[in-house]
Amino acid sequence: MITTRGLTKVYRSRGREITALDGVDLNVRAGEVYGVVGRSGAGKSTLIRCVNLLERPSSGTVHVAGQDLTALAGRGPRAGSALRQARSRIGMVFQHFNLLSSRTVQGNVEFPLEILGLNGRERSRKALELLDLVGLADRAGAYPARLSGGQKQRVGIARALAGDPQVLLSDEATSALDPETTRSVLHLLRDLNRQLGLTVLLITHEMDVVKTICDSAALMKGGRITESGSVAELLATPGSELAHELFPVGGEASGPDRTVVDVTFQGEAATRPVISELSRTYNIDISILGAAMDTVGGRQVGRMRIELPGRFEENVVPIGFLREQGLQVDVAGAAAGADITEEGAK
Amino acid sequence: MTWSQMQPLLSDACLDTLFMVGWSTLYAVLGGLPLGILLVLTDRGGLLQNALVAKVTGVIVNIGRSLPFFILMIVLIPFCRFLIGTSIGPSAAVVPLAIGAIPFFARLVETAVREVDHGLVEAAQSMGGGTWTTVFKVLLPQSLPSLVAGATTTVIALIGYSAMAGAIGGGGLGNLAYIYGYQRFETTLMVITVVLLIAIVTVVQLAGDLAARRLADRGHAGAAAPARLLRSRSGGAAPDIAGTAGDPAAAPRTPGG
Repeated sequence: MITTRGLTKVYRSRGREITALDGVDLNVRAGEVYGVVGRSGAGKSTLIRCVNLLERPSSGTVHVAGQDLTALAGRGPRAGSALRQARSRIGMVFQHFNLLSSRTVQGNVEFPLEILGLNGRERSRKALELLDLVGLADRAGAYPARLSGGQKQRVGIARALAGDPQVLLSDEATSALDPETTRSVLHLLRDLNRQLGLTVLLITHEMDVVKTICDSAALMKGGRITESGSVAELLATPGSELAHELFPVGGEASGPDRTVVDVTFQGEAATRPVISELSRTYNIDISILGAAMDTVGGRQVGRMRIELPGRFEENVVPIGFLREQGLQVDVAGAAAGADITEEGAK
Repeated sequence: MTWSQMQPLLSDACLDTLFMVGWSTLYAVLGGLPLGILLVLTDRGGLLQNALVAKVTGVIVNIGRSLPFFILMIVLIPFCRFLIGTSIGPSAAVVPLAIGAIPFFARLVETAVREVDHGLVEAAQSMGGGTWTTVFKVLLPQSLPSLVAGATTTVIALIGYSAMAGAIGGGGLGNLAYIYGYQRFETTLMVITVVLLIAIVTVVQLAGDLAARRLADRGHAGAAAPARLLRSRSGGAAPDIAGTAGDPAAAPRTPGG
């Protein structure tokens, strides 16, 4: 649904060049919720602005719903009518809502409908319908200043849906909201994604957002996408930074003759009592150093850092047992362990 | 001079002043509004970024702003004769007043429009809105309170300028104060003129503040209650305020109409 190829954006200011995007290839499938995470300054914002060409990429292409937007853009700095038309079919919600304070809630939702050229009656019918969809039908006549942050973002979402878009872009839509409100807004996005088959591309710096609603995710660093894939795939990738960020497990080995192992549970494996089986089968004591469990996309997922007595080579068999159970096992500090064995050999 | 002698002079002069200020405000708004918006749009990072137009417009506005009004009036006498047929009287005074006020108001418009959050412009663009949509549905409505405040400042500046125009034959309260007060030592008339000018300025300022406040209040939940209080109090004092607040473009025109 959304595809970018070799997307590059270079800003020039006072003779200096700043590369915000450095060859980004993004592939968002139709009907999925795709999260791009990264620290501030990683280029997330630039990326999402390039998708509807609010920001002109320096090079590369953007396809949305089979349309090459970069080709529509033309050369001049102003958006031609073809690009404007394409934009009206892409919804966008913003971190700071960007509602017009001079208009009522209904007036704000009618704004994009005015751009689309609907007449007064159609506009008000559609606006009320959209407000009903986001659960704000009773606040149609209020001014945005009278609304809470969560309500404002719901208006923002209703407004973004006015052009019956296939794609919704969300630029840190929940970053200005408290955790409770964040959850309700995310659930709304999830519902819209399911009910309307809406493809959602969101950028965020909150891992919880990815956990709550994303089917797929990508990690951005210094203008590049360093990891991407479905959440399940990412968790199954050994050494995945994103998986570690999503389920941070800490804890240091309690002594030198110990092996620390990170175990990732997914789906069915998460419901089986593997740890106690391991303990019973090999008669070893296992201490849990850290653990994080959560539901991702309706599936139970978790990571656990456990400590086994003895060095790595003594634990090859139990680790093999865990792998046989369909778990993903990363031996923490495997490299360090190798060093120790080498020293021992000397 | 008795009151019965002064009264017709004063009422005529008052009407002349209102005529001059009203018409010149109308032209100032008609000319200054597009000029101010042009300054914002053509500036760097603006929707119609164009360095040449921005520079030329900026220079024209600055020339207009830097000329002292008295000089401007004299410079424009031939132009006034060409346009109106005479350089004396309230109609003729409207010409330099309007030309002096256009760049003044344009700068105020520029400041007001520049303060509109760029995120709103971005939102309009993301919906497929073009430049006109952005100007008429985002920039102007969002900056309306500041624009009304700017128009109020312009009207008050024009009241001052119109008194100056009166001194060189423009008519109005300035002319009256000059001819009777200064040249004939009619101190009473002079004092009454000054009081009248103060009263006009005060009424304009209050009306403008009120209109600007009421427009701004829509955007701020907390200030709604005191605004309603003010509204009911002003109801008796200035009945036309409610009307001007509803249609702010009409606010600066009220003196003329």
